[in-house]
Amino acid sequence: MSSEQPPKRPERAVKRAAPSAPTAAAAPAAPHVASALAASSPWAYSPAPESKELALIRPRYGLFIDGQERAPASGEVVVTYNPATEEPLAEVAKGGAEDADRAITAADRAHRKVWSKMEPRERAKYLYRISRIMQERSREFAVTETLDSGKPIRESRDVDVPLAAAHFWYYAGWADKLQYAVPGRRPESHGVVGQVIPWNFPLLMLAWKIAPALAAGNTVVLKPASTTPLTALLFAEVCQQADLPPGVVNIITGPGEMGMAIATDPRVAKVAFTGSTSVGIKIAQGIAGQGKALTLELGGKAANIVFEDAALDQAVEGVINGIFFNQGEVCCAGSRLLVQESIAEEFIARLKERMTTLRVGDPMDKNTDVGAINSRAQMETIGELVASGVAEGAKLWQPECVLPTRGWFYKPTLFTGVAQSHRIAREEIFGPVLSTITFRTVDEAIEKANNTAYGLSAGIWTEKGSRILQVAAQLKAGVVWANTFNRFDPTSPFGGYKESGYGREGGLQGLHAYLRSS
Amino acid sequence: MGKKSSKRESALITAVAAPDDARLEIRRTPKLYIGGAFPRSESGRTDVLQLARGGSANVARASRKDLREAVKAARGAAPGWAARNASLRGQILYRVAELMEGRAAQFRDDLMAHGYGKSEATEEVAASIDRLVWFAGWPDKIPAVLGGTNPVASSHFVFTIPEPTGVVAIVAPERSPLLGLVTRLAGVLAGGNVAILLASEASPLPAVTLAETLAVSDVPAGVVNILTGRRSELMPHLARHADIDGVDLWGCPDDLLADAERGAAEHVARVARRPHGEKDRGSAFQGERGERIDGMTAFLEMKTVWHPIGS
Repeated sequence: MSSEQPPKRPERAVKRAAPSAPTAAAAPAAPHVASALAASSPWAYSPAPESKELALIRPRYGLFIDGQERAPASGEVVVTYNPATEEPLAEVAKGGAEDADRAITAADRAHRKVWSKMEPRERAKYLYRISRIMQERSREFAVTETLDSGKPIRESRDVDVPLAAAHFWYYAGWADKLQYAVPGRRPESHGVVGQVIPWNFPLLMLAWKIAPALAAGNTVVLKPASTTPLTALLFAEVCQQADLPPGVVNIITGPGEMGMAIATDPRVAKVAFTGSTSVGIKIAQGIAGQGKALTLELGGKAANIVFEDAALDQAVEGVINGIFFNQGEVCCAGSRLLVQESIAEEFIARLKERMTTLRVGDPMDKNTDVGAINSRAQMETIGELVASGVAEGAKLWQPECVLPTRGWFYKPTLFTGVAQSHRIAREEIFGPVLSTITFRTVDEAIEKANNTAYGLSAGIWTEKGSRILQVAAQLKAGVVWANTFNRFDPTSPFGGYKESGYGREGGLQGLHAYLRSS
Repeated sequence: MGKKSSKRESALITAVAAPDDARLEIRRTPKLYIGGAFPRSESGRTDVLQLARGGSANVARASRKDLREAVKAARGAAPGWAARNASLRGQILYRVAELMEGRAAQFRDDLMAHGYGKSEATEEVAASIDRLVWFAGWPDKIPAVLGGTNPVASSHFVFTIPEPTGVVAIVAPERSPLLGLVTRLAGVLAGGNVAILLASEASPLPAVTLAETLAVSDVPAGVVNILTGRRSELMPHLARHADIDGVDLWGCPDDLLADAERGAAEHVARVARRPHGEKDRGSAFQGERGERIDGMTAFLEMKTVWHPIGS
C-alpha cells in the first residue's frame, strides 16, 4: 500500500485523468508571486480559459414533463446566475405542487403502461444510449455545469461529467440482470420514485439517482437544486434525443416546498434525497407513516487522519484535495484534519506552502483549482462559521491571494488550535475551510474521528497496511479512503453512517435501494 | 419435598389450597430482562393478564426509565457483540435454539395460555426453533451476500463490508408472539446488533420464557433486553431515544406508526417496518415466506474502503 506514485509527483485524486491540464503545483507561478512579477515577465501567468460558447444555454427553460417542455402552472420564472460573475444565465420555470402532480401522473402512467412492461434488455439499451449521448456531449455538459455551479472546469470536465456518464453505463448493464442482484428473491421496481438533489454536483447527483432508478424499472420525478438547474434541463434534452418514452424521466424545477410535494404524494413509492441533514429529517418526517421506501444521503464532517509514518507530500496533496475539491462544497469533504502531534508542525507548514500555490479564481480557466462558491447564501454561511471559529479561539490562516472582484469567491482557509467543541469542528461548513486537530495515539485518533454526529467518509494516511485496516474497521464512516481521498466510482457504494443518512448509492447496494423483493 | 409430606401439608390447608393430592404450583413472576438480570419494573407497576386456560399473570409494565436502563445495558454490550467473529455469533444463536428445544413444553404452554390450541402451539414452537437455526447460519454469509469487492476504474482495491448499526429497538409482532419475535430478534442479532425488544402486549409470555432461555445461553448479558408493557406508553420514547440507532416497527400498531417514524427521523434512526399494506398477522412469519431478512438488512451499514494498489 505504499505510495502509488513517486512523492515528487504527488497523487491528485480527481485530476489524474487529465494529462493536458497541468496541476496547480506545476503551474508556473502562484497568484501572490504572479502579482509581484511584471506582466512582461516570461513567467507571468497566462490564463487558459475554456470557451463559453460550448454551452448552448437558452434564455428560458420550462419543466420537463411527459417528454415535453411545459410552462409551470404559476407562469413564474426564477433566474439562475453564474456564481463566478453574478450574471444571469437563464430563466427557469418556478414549479409548484400542481406541476409536481402533473409530473407524477406522467411518471405513474409511464411506469404502469410502458417502463415496467418493457423487456429489461430494451430498458438497458436506453440507458446505454443515454450514457453514449452524455459522452458525446460531454464538453457542453462540462461548460454548462461550470457556468451554473462555479466549480472549476477541470473538475466538471474530468470528474462530474465522465462519472455521470459512467453511472448510466454501469447501471445499464444491471437492467436486464436484476435476478442476479437479489438471488433467490424476485426483485420488482417500486413504481414512481421522487428524487431531490443538491447543487454541489448537479449532474453527477442526477446520474446517481436516475441511472439505478431506471435500471430497476422505476420511473422518475426529479427536482434539481434551485441554483443549479441547467445540466438537469440539458439532460432532459438528452432523454428526448435518446427517444426515451415520455414520462419515464420528469425533471421539474422549483422551490423546496415543491420537493416536499413530490415526496409526500401517495403515488410516489420511493423517495431519495441528497442534501442537508436538517432537510433530510424534514422529508423523513413528512412521509412518516406512508409506507414509502427512503434513502438519505446527508451531511458530513469527515476526518482526514494523518499518521506520523505517512508519505507526507502525498498526504499533503490528499488533504488539499480532500478539502478544496469543489471549493469544499462536498458532503464527504475532509473538513477535519487529524494530524499526529509528532509531525503536526512540519505537516502544517507544508500544507500552508501548498495552499499558497492553489489557484483561486475563474472556474472557466483550465488551471483553476478553487472556483466560485455556489451562491451568496452559501458565502454567508461560510463567513458566519469562520467567524465563529475565530470567536471561539481557533487560529485562522489564509494564503495571500487575489480574488476576482466580481463573483462569489472564498479564500482557502486553515484553522489550527481547534477544539472538538468548536462549531468549525462539529458543523458542516461546505466551503474551503479546514479545521486542524492533533492527536497522540491511534486510539485517540479513532475516538476524535468518530466524535461527530455524522459518519459519511474518512481518510487514513499511513504507510502501515495493518494500521489502515485496523483503523478503517473502527471508523464509523460509510466510505474510508486510505492514502487517497474523494474517489468515486459507479461500481462502489457511497453513503453514510449515523446522521449522514442511510442507504447507499452506487454499486449493487445502490441498486438494492431501487428494488423491492417479494 | 417428598410426596408424603406434601400430602400431609395440603391436608392441613385444604380450605385455601388445591384439593386432593395436587401439589401447589409455583407460579412464575413474569419480569423484565435488562442487562442479564430480571428486575421488576422500577415503577412497581404490573398489568393483570387473563390466561386462556384460567388464572392470571401479573406482567411487569415497563416504564420509560426501564427503557432507558435497557438502552444503557444494550449500548454497553454492543461493542463486544459486534466484535465476536461471525462464525461464533452463529454458534451462539444455534445454542439458543438448543436451549429452546429443551424448553419446548414451556413455550407451548405459554402459547396455549394465550389461546393457541395444543397442536398449533407445538407447531409454532418447532417453527420458531427452526427459524433460529436458519438465522444461525447467516452471520458468516452476510458479507458474501451483501458486500463484496468493487471493480473500480482506477488502480484501487475497494471492498464493501456490512457492519452492524448498533442498538436496535424491536417492537415485536403483536400477533406472532413467538415465531415473529424470534424472526425479528434473530435477524438483528445475526447482523451483529444488540436489541431492546418490546414484547407482544397481549401475548407476552413467550418473550418472558425467551428471556429466561437467553439468560442461561451464551448470549452475553445486555445483548438482548426484553421489556413487557404498553405500546402506547413506550413507543414515543422508544422511537425518540437518541441512543437507539434503529427501530424495527413491525409490531407497531397502525395508529402509532407515523408518530414513531417521525420520532425516529429526529436522529436519523434506521427504520424497518411491515411492507406497506401488510397486516400484523400471525401467519406473517410462517413457512419460507416468513424467512424475512429485512429486519437483518435494515440495520447493516455498508462500509467501503479504498486502497491504492499501484499501477
